[in-house]
Amino acid sequence: MDKQVYITTIGLEVHLQISTKTKAFCGCANEFGREPNSSTCPVCLGLPGSLPVLNKKYLEHAIKVAVALDCKILGSMKFDRKNYFYPDLPKNYQISQYDMPLSTGGSVEITSTAGARRIGITRVHMEEDAGKLIHDQKRPLSFIDYNRTGTPLLEIVSEPDISSPEEAHLYLSTLKAILEYLEVSDCNMQEGSLRCDANISVRPSSQKALGVKVELKNMNTFKGVRQALEYEEKRQVKILSSGKKLSQETRLWNAEKKITELMRTKEQAHDYRYFPEPDLVPFKISPGLVQEIRDTLPEMPNDKRLRFIKEYKISEYDAAVLVSDKAMSEFFSACVKLYPKPKNIANWLMGDISGYLNANNMEFGQLKMSPEALAEMLGLIDKGTISGKIAKDVVVDMISTGRSASDIVKDKGLTQIADAPEIEGFIEEVIGENDKVVDDYLSGKDKAMGFLIGQLMRKTKGKANPQMANELLKKRLSKEKR
Amino acid sequence: MQDFCTYTARQLRQAIEKDSVKAADIASCLLARRNAVDKKVNGFAHFDKKLLLERAEALDANESKGPLSKIPIAIKDNICVKDELTTCSSKILDGFKAPYDATVVTRLKQAGTLLAGKSNMDEFAFGSSCETSCYGPTRNPYDLDRIPGGSSGGSAALVAADEVIAAIGSDTGGSVRQPAALCGVVGFKPTYGRVSRYGLIAFGSSLDQIGPITKDVTDCALLLKIIAGYDPMDSTSIDTDVPDYTTSLVKDVKGLKIGLPKEYFIEGLDKDVKEKVDQAVDLLKGLGAEFREISLPHTDYAVSVYYIVACSEASSNLARFDGVQYGLRSKKPSLLDMYKETRREGFGMEAKRRIILGTYALSSGYYDAYYLKAQKARTLIKQDFDEAFKSCDIILTPTTPTPAFKIGEKTKEPLKMYLSDIFTIPANLAGIPGISVPCGYSKGGLPIGLQFIARPFDEAGLIRAAYTYEQNAGFERIRPEL
Repeated sequence: MDKQVYITTIGLEVHLQISTKTKAFCGCANEFGREPNSSTCPVCLGLPGSLPVLNKKYLEHAIKVAVALDCKILGSMKFDRKNYFYPDLPKNYQISQYDMPLSTGGSVEITSTAGARRIGITRVHMEEDAGKLIHDQKRPLSFIDYNRTGTPLLEIVSEPDISSPEEAHLYLSTLKAILEYLEVSDCNMQEGSLRCDANISVRPSSQKALGVKVELKNMNTFKGVRQALEYEEKRQVKILSSGKKLSQETRLWNAEKKITELMRTKEQAHDYRYFPEPDLVPFKISPGLVQEIRDTLPEMPNDKRLRFIKEYKISEYDAAVLVSDKAMSEFFSACVKLYPKPKNIANWLMGDISGYLNANNMEFGQLKMSPEALAEMLGLIDKGTISGKIAKDVVVDMISTGRSASDIVKDKGLTQIADAPEIEGFIEEVIGENDKVVDDYLSGKDKAMGFLIGQLMRKTKGKANPQMANELLKKRLSKEKR
Repeated sequence: MQDFCTYTARQLRQAIEKDSVKAADIASCLLARRNAVDKKVNGFAHFDKKLLLERAEALDANESKGPLSKIPIAIKDNICVKDELTTCSSKILDGFKAPYDATVVTRLKQAGTLLAGKSNMDEFAFGSSCETSCYGPTRNPYDLDRIPGGSSGGSAALVAADEVIAAIGSDTGGSVRQPAALCGVVGFKPTYGRVSRYGLIAFGSSLDQIGPITKDVTDCALLLKIIAGYDPMDSTSIDTDVPDYTTSLVKDVKGLKIGLPKEYFIEGLDKDVKEKVDQAVDLLKGLGAEFREISLPHTDYAVSVYYIVACSEASSNLARFDGVQYGLRSKKPSLLDMYKETRREGFGMEAKRRIILGTYALSSGYYDAYYLKAQKARTLIKQDFDEAFKSCDIILTPTTPTPAFKIGEKTKEPLKMYLSDIFTIPANLAGIPGISVPCGYSKGGLPIGLQFIARPFDEAGLIRAAYTYEQNAGFERIRPEL
């Protein structure tokens, strides 16, 4: 049996749409979801005679990202033309950067339960986006929407430092958090403002040189990236273990079938004939501009994580999860000011609230609940007005309606029963109805207690103060002699 | 009625101011002249009589006060005029009406000029003879069996034949100066970056400059003043002051240091051309100019370097003509076949030759040997000029090695054709300004041109030298008999 161990090597290419007001090289509005071809001009349509002019804001945002990823800004840069024919590319070349990109050599620190690790960033470069093809499903007919043509993009290329699909996912979430903190992009993978291609190879652990690389495209979610890499990792290992050879190729992820499919082989790869874009002359980036941008960078997730640990005494792990989502970390910060127990807030955010969002495929930003509402609810628990269990339902109500906790508790009559005689009344009912279980308890079966508590909670619709219920039931049972 | 067609722009302006000449009258003269001679010359790619009359009427109605008000000007067919056919004399742009004005056209309209049609040219400016136009060759007004030069052959022939007062051309390797020389008129190529390229359908983007073709140096100064200047729509245009070139219309070359590059006075230079240039040198010496021999040692490489750089850029610039958005589209069921057939059918032989040449030079594995090496050699050629201008202010050369050759004489031998630009190409590679002025006629009665070249942005110096020569040359301008 082949007991060979294989090492996986992954590098990711992220394309990020930069949310400037206007496009990369013309004055057209840079907006998603407009009427097709309503945001176009001779420049982004690539009409004969038109010329590109670089959007200054685009350059500034690009520098911001590069600096935040610890990249070196190369003093001078130029644009190049990447030549290939495709109908969504009106000039049949893309303005991109080849051998003098904006920046090189950065890194992103990822934190998992295994600890922190740095993933290298090979380069961050600027390029324009292509248009969108819309194919008629019934007729052999295609339409082109040029609204996206000329949208400013950044390509963020990682080093092949990623060792598993899981780690790739973590890298992407970390990168996304950084980009969100910078407020340079919507980072919305569904709308295509963040896209990811992956390169993956496997090799036997005994082999030094990297294995044959396969490029994966067409993943539309972070989960899709992970699944595609997992599939591809297995596929490649299977081929190698059967003694066959891999071929360098580009494969497309089929999200429906959950497989990768051959798109083109190395032999079919394009020769892009890169050469310097003569319409945009090489230029120098002033160190002053870079410094200015560096000085005004917002707090980055990593800094915020360290601050959270220090200021709020929460765990490494909690802090890492909280800061991984900008909106969540901001919610946390706001809530802490209103309610003094950070750990409680973190537990709710990372537990029930995140669970609800995941289950409903929602982003944190879509929450209707305010930090004030959560703080109030936590106060109600502390005061004993509601039980933690009831609170789980209250929080769902708050998330979906935006109502305050006290309103919900009042409307639904959820106030906790903390009155001993009232609880004792329910206890009598429970004991009367569960003769056998009470016997079990008395004969030493501890499990029976749980059942009786459950029954008591059912009778009180969960409103009985759990601690009192427990104590009063035990006390009552100790008096029962059979 | 006066025959206004024979006027220069300045003479016509004087007549307009003195006698309130109407644009409508000028338009009638133009139409009459066109009817009489253009069947022979074929200087227009597109001419719209109705539009001309409408424009004249509008100029009369608005009492346009622009500096070149009512002066009829032809625009080369590779410069966009809004809502007018702009086809680069190529079948592939058949029927294409530009949806916007080139910056140069906007400025000419603001100056009140009477736009008088699109002049014929070599297809996409690929040629030195105006024979590659899809509308048939333009003929030299001095000998209809001969070529007018190219690629702005239509512009030069129309001015020489008094069909328009002045014309606008574009110069990538001599395309303004060479036809001006062969047609006995003045042609000016400004410094790269002096005139906006926005709206000029690109051939070799790092070489292209728009320039005027006029009957004398005075008109040249008038037109240059209008079209020159920084344009935020063209990233390669330079933000530097534009002097009033008419103040350089001064007859004075006393003490002017003029260099004669020894590499330009070589075997193969036509005897008549040499004689006329020698006479010009003597004349300028007599006027106090100081001559010295200079060396431009890399001149031999200029033509090869030019064809690699220009064709490389052209292969990418012309990629957009694919049948998708505008122009010719061949009906084929598959995308690839549509691309292929459209470009097969739409491009002429010379365009195909240059696209293939450029594509090859940029291909992976050949890029270093061709494109990159050519760029390095280009730097050397530029340095030749920098060095030369340390010891002189102006460089004087013949514009072309021979007078106009016969139609069909060089079409089968592209290399021979390419050599007809041997004296004009270096200025494009170096990005420096040059002017061609008539310096007499060959024994066969064909015009000969004299080229002045100056430092970057010293258009004023060029105009002064050329004007001094023109005003003192003492030969009568012979109008072509048509």
